[in-house]
Amino acid sequence: MTVSQKAFSLFLAAFFGLAGFHVSAQTPGPLKIEITEGVIEPMPFAVPAFVAETVSAKDLSEDLAAVVIADLVGTGLFRDIPRNAQISGISNFDSPIQFSDWKAVNAQALITGAVSTQSGGQLVVKFRLFDVFAQAPLGEGLRFVGTTQDWRRMAHKVADAVYARLTGESAYFDSKVVFVSESGPKNARNKRLAIMDYDGANLQNLTDDRSIVLAPRFSPDATKVLYTSYETGSPRAFLLDLSTLKRKALAELPGMSFAPRFSPDGQNVVMSASLSGNTDIYMVNLQSLQATRLTTAPSIETAPSFSPDSQQIVFESDRSGNQQIYVMPASGGEARRLSFGEGRYGTPVWSPRGDLVAFTKINQGRFHIGVIRLDGSEERLLTSSFLDEGPTWSPNGRVLMFFRETPGANGAPSLYSVDITGRNLKKVSAAGNGSDPSWSRLRE
Amino acid sequence: MRISLALILAASVFALAACNSQLPNSGSDTVDLNKSGNFAQNSPEFFVASVGDRVLFTVDQSTLNDEARSILDAQATWLAQNVEFKALIEGHADEQGTREYNLALGARRASAVQAYLVSRGVADNRLSTITYGKERPIEICSTEACWSQNRRAVTVVNAGGTS
Repeated sequence: MTVSQKAFSLFLAAFFGLAGFHVSAQTPGPLKIEITEGVIEPMPFAVPAFVAETVSAKDLSEDLAAVVIADLVGTGLFRDIPRNAQISGISNFDSPIQFSDWKAVNAQALITGAVSTQSGGQLVVKFRLFDVFAQAPLGEGLRFVGTTQDWRRMAHKVADAVYARLTGESAYFDSKVVFVSESGPKNARNKRLAIMDYDGANLQNLTDDRSIVLAPRFSPDATKVLYTSYETGSPRAFLLDLSTLKRKALAELPGMSFAPRFSPDGQNVVMSASLSGNTDIYMVNLQSLQATRLTTAPSIETAPSFSPDSQQIVFESDRSGNQQIYVMPASGGEARRLSFGEGRYGTPVWSPRGDLVAFTKINQGRFHIGVIRLDGSEERLLTSSFLDEGPTWSPNGRVLMFFRETPGANGAPSLYSVDITGRNLKKVSAAGNGSDPSWSRLRE
Repeated sequence: MRISLALILAASVFALAACNSQLPNSGSDTVDLNKSGNFAQNSPEFFVASVGDRVLFTVDQSTLNDEARSILDAQATWLAQNVEFKALIEGHADEQGTREYNLALGARRASAVQAYLVSRGVADNRLSTITYGKERPIEICSTEACWSQNRRAVTVVNAGGTS
């Protein structure tokens, strides 16, 4: 691990480890939880109160520990041993760990932390992860420095590191979600773009609600958002800069344009445009502003999404007679059909790992979120309801966020997430009424 | 006479037309048949109330049935008699589809209406289209009774010249 040189106010100082806290070679099998299809027993862990090393850090130390616990428990992979069941606490971050006390309460992993505030609004968070049964640290201790306003990010960073060490996979807690925040009655809905942390915290509006806005999507570096807006009267793709909140229409395409999404290098936008009632897929280069038409069939072609290697595009089309998912080369050309099950398939999104496509399926009046392999095999439906739609991948490809709309005159959408195993379905309550989520990559 | 036929048909869709103002409580308006008689024949209100401003579609389709074509014939006649008006054709879908597909479907429905009106002699440059997908339902229940009313193309006439 190297010292982060990023321009972020929050950075990670490495090698906090002290003597004896290097990764132990004598640890027999390192503590690890395998994320598999089968039913798993969540791994029990304990987070004793983080040590407040300065008086003013007391409240934040409690809040930080709570966010770390919520992140880990929220995955469904870990189970928190509550404070009132814990035998001992940690009063000094550098004191030796009484492993027998943690073994006695059946904690397999132990996370200790310390928080201090410094002049100028700086916050320092340190943590260590221990394998209780091996009585050894698991990886180096880490130290994060940031501003007090960034305390939630620092908590997510701690949880990300713990998740990565215990699962062997990259994590997803320090990430953002951009979505459409909805209000008002069903026949006069107000929509605006909003952004939040993955867990619903730090919710902020990005646009007003004077025009219909739809389906925002992050740029690969999460500094910009593509979306569809009726601001100019008819639907058109827009590009929003998240640092300035300045927006501009992508006016290169004729007719109505919608469903824009970035290429993995952020240089191109793939989207659809409707001209004379026929919707096809186009690519627009953001430098040259040259538009290339990728499909020409008289059928509907829309909802394009790049493969992570930029070589292919998955999209939906009703060329067979109803809505199905297809894959074509990124330069256009012959497409192969991916979905063959009963019903209609739409909103395909390529996973960041490249091995799966998430989709919305409509069958016999029910909506499902599902995943399918790129060879068309192993279709798995993860959810079922009156209306589940619009999956977006977590940065590590393990979780899908989507929206679920309730039926009837008072029906309204909410954001949900579910593991690609189909487990751990839950509502992102803090987001309020929302739809069309797009999950950013992991922040640096 | 096409107009008189259209008037009969228009009476059957008048309850829908009355909902078009997007009042939150739309959907159960009572029909005042006398009211339509008070509108000038060259007014947008007359167009909505007496000619019929919308046609309906079956699930996932953009085909115009006989009833739709009769209404559009009446719209074409009215537009021929009121040349100062332009029209924006809105294509809509019900909630039983994904957002982007429904935008494409709404575009297809609006275009089907536009093509039919042009085939009935309305100048191409007086007509424009927009899709709302499933974004602007007029009926809000989640049964076929409402969905059938939401799968629609609405012709909005405007003397100012809708762009």
